[in-house]
Amino acid sequence: MASAKLASRASASTEGAAAGAAPPGPSRPRRRSFARAEQRAGAAFAVPGVALLLLFVIGPAVVSLVLAFTNARLISPTPPEFVGLENFQRAFGEDATFHKSLLNTFLFAAVVVPLQGGLGLVLALLVNQKLAGRNFFRTVFFLPVITSMVVVSLLWRFLYQEDGLINSALSMVTGGAWAGQAWLANPSTAMGAIVVMSVWQGVGFHMIIWLAGLQTIPEEIYEAGALDGTTPWQRFRYLTLPLLKPTFVFVLITITIAAMSLFVQVNIMTAGGPVGSTSTIVFQIVQKGFQQQQMGYGAALSLIFFCIVLALALVQRHLTRDRD
Amino acid sequence: MTVLAGFFLFPIVFMVVASLKNDHQIFADMNSFKAFLPTGDLSLANYAAVFDRVPFWRFLGNTLFVTAMVTGFGLVVNSMCGYALARMRWKGRGLVFGLIIATLILPFDTTIVPLVYLVANLPWVGFNGLTPVLELGWLNTYRVQIIPFIVNAFSIFLFAQYFKSLPKGLEEAAAIDGAGWLRTYWRIIVPLSKPVFATVAILTVVTSPATWNAYLWPLMTVQSEELRPVMVGVQYFFQLDTAWGEVMAYMTMITLPMVIVFLVFQRAFIQSIASAGMKD
Repeated sequence: MASAKLASRASASTEGAAAGAAPPGPSRPRRRSFARAEQRAGAAFAVPGVALLLLFVIGPAVVSLVLAFTNARLISPTPPEFVGLENFQRAFGEDATFHKSLLNTFLFAAVVVPLQGGLGLVLALLVNQKLAGRNFFRTVFFLPVITSMVVVSLLWRFLYQEDGLINSALSMVTGGAWAGQAWLANPSTAMGAIVVMSVWQGVGFHMIIWLAGLQTIPEEIYEAGALDGTTPWQRFRYLTLPLLKPTFVFVLITITIAAMSLFVQVNIMTAGGPVGSTSTIVFQIVQKGFQQQQMGYGAALSLIFFCIVLALALVQRHLTRDRD
Repeated sequence: MTVLAGFFLFPIVFMVVASLKNDHQIFADMNSFKAFLPTGDLSLANYAAVFDRVPFWRFLGNTLFVTAMVTGFGLVVNSMCGYALARMRWKGRGLVFGLIIATLILPFDTTIVPLVYLVANLPWVGFNGLTPVLELGWLNTYRVQIIPFIVNAFSIFLFAQYFKSLPKGLEEAAAIDGAGWLRTYWRIIVPLSKPVFATVAILTVVTSPATWNAYLWPLMTVQSEELRPVMVGVQYFFQLDTAWGEVMAYMTMITLPMVIVFLVFQRAFIQSIASAGMKD
């Protein structure tokens, strides 16, 4: 960094003919020394970012690749030992909780991705109309995104209690016919309750993304469509949707990754319970790798998780690629 | 649409209203619309109780400090890296660009456990007075909350995309005027790129796992109370008994600042999230 600074100062003071530590050669062509200064400065500009990336993003990935084959513990007097594929055998063979967590995570993603993506589009279409107060509604739909997931999870945990607001609202709507239940304490409703809350929190984000996509579509296209005598539905189906394709890919991939990483909600609302019905992959990674200090096993689970996310991203990219 | 708005607003309204009531009244009002109305015996007692239970200003200060550091250093480091990738020719550029694209889809959670292992064993040069001392391990510090989160592949990507769209020949013109690379970057490129700086700053504050919403990472790496951020503070309300009124008050206190900032800079917020989706 400092040398880049010096180099640029020096070149500034010597008409750019020579840079920094390079011996000043007045006969040397100006173009070549510019290119050399560019070489040095380019690398210097990139170095802090690349160093941090290597240490804190690529580094842990490599550590995980190594630890996954050991019995490392977070704090341990004995050094880690190589155990081969033992961690993976445990994950795929014996660990029933992990199997359940895999299933729960896929289930959660399979419901949340279409629900949140679709509802986001509906909200975007609503606030994209030219009507009074649309900015107000956009703000309201976006407010949960600004609210931290920690706060949202705690708040909804309270709302979902047996004597909570959700039950009293249902009871009011059904004229007292609804018998309250503790949504998060019931294995068959806990995950559904987390789905509803997660969509409530995250949908505003994707509404904005869809909205940006909608606003790139020129008005004239719709006018031309209207002249041809199409119905609003046809215009939506054959004009809007195909033109939203790039937005669709982005929304699909970001919601999928976020849904696969489900953790905070589970950690705060149910701690994976009741009877493992809301445990997820990341929850297990943190449980095993951190709470129970089994770093090696946690690293193996992280590696499995990474492969799943990578595979999903590749499949989605393949399915949504441009065919022309 | 009004019904939808009600669905998105009711939990937040309930939270703020309940924070003004005592626990008895919160539960008594639950069966009617009174749950959303500031009626009955209202007081700020819950807020006073929050200050008794947790060092609120300390938590808030920690969060603001860490958020400012991660965002500030992030803007400098990521923009310079993005600039080098977008507008300079140097050896290894292709390799670095590939590396950044490869880490774009890597969710933070896949590396969190090995990252704890890594930072627990990293060295650091501390100072005992003026004598440098080699320390081992980053746990329980500010730096563990800041340094690993400065670099962000998506931010670099956004910067690079934006810089590419600037007119060609800016650098050559600056070089003819005698400006070096750092000067060109600082005096010409940065002033032309204010929108992307705003976008990255906002996205960092809203979506980074280490800024305003930091929870899991400080929970795992920071045990001492003086260094913990606001979100981890919620833990202190569930120790023996749960006083829900206090919980609501605390949650209101850690939500309102962000909501106010959002309402003031609403246009910029919406624009940054929109532009994140447009870069495909």
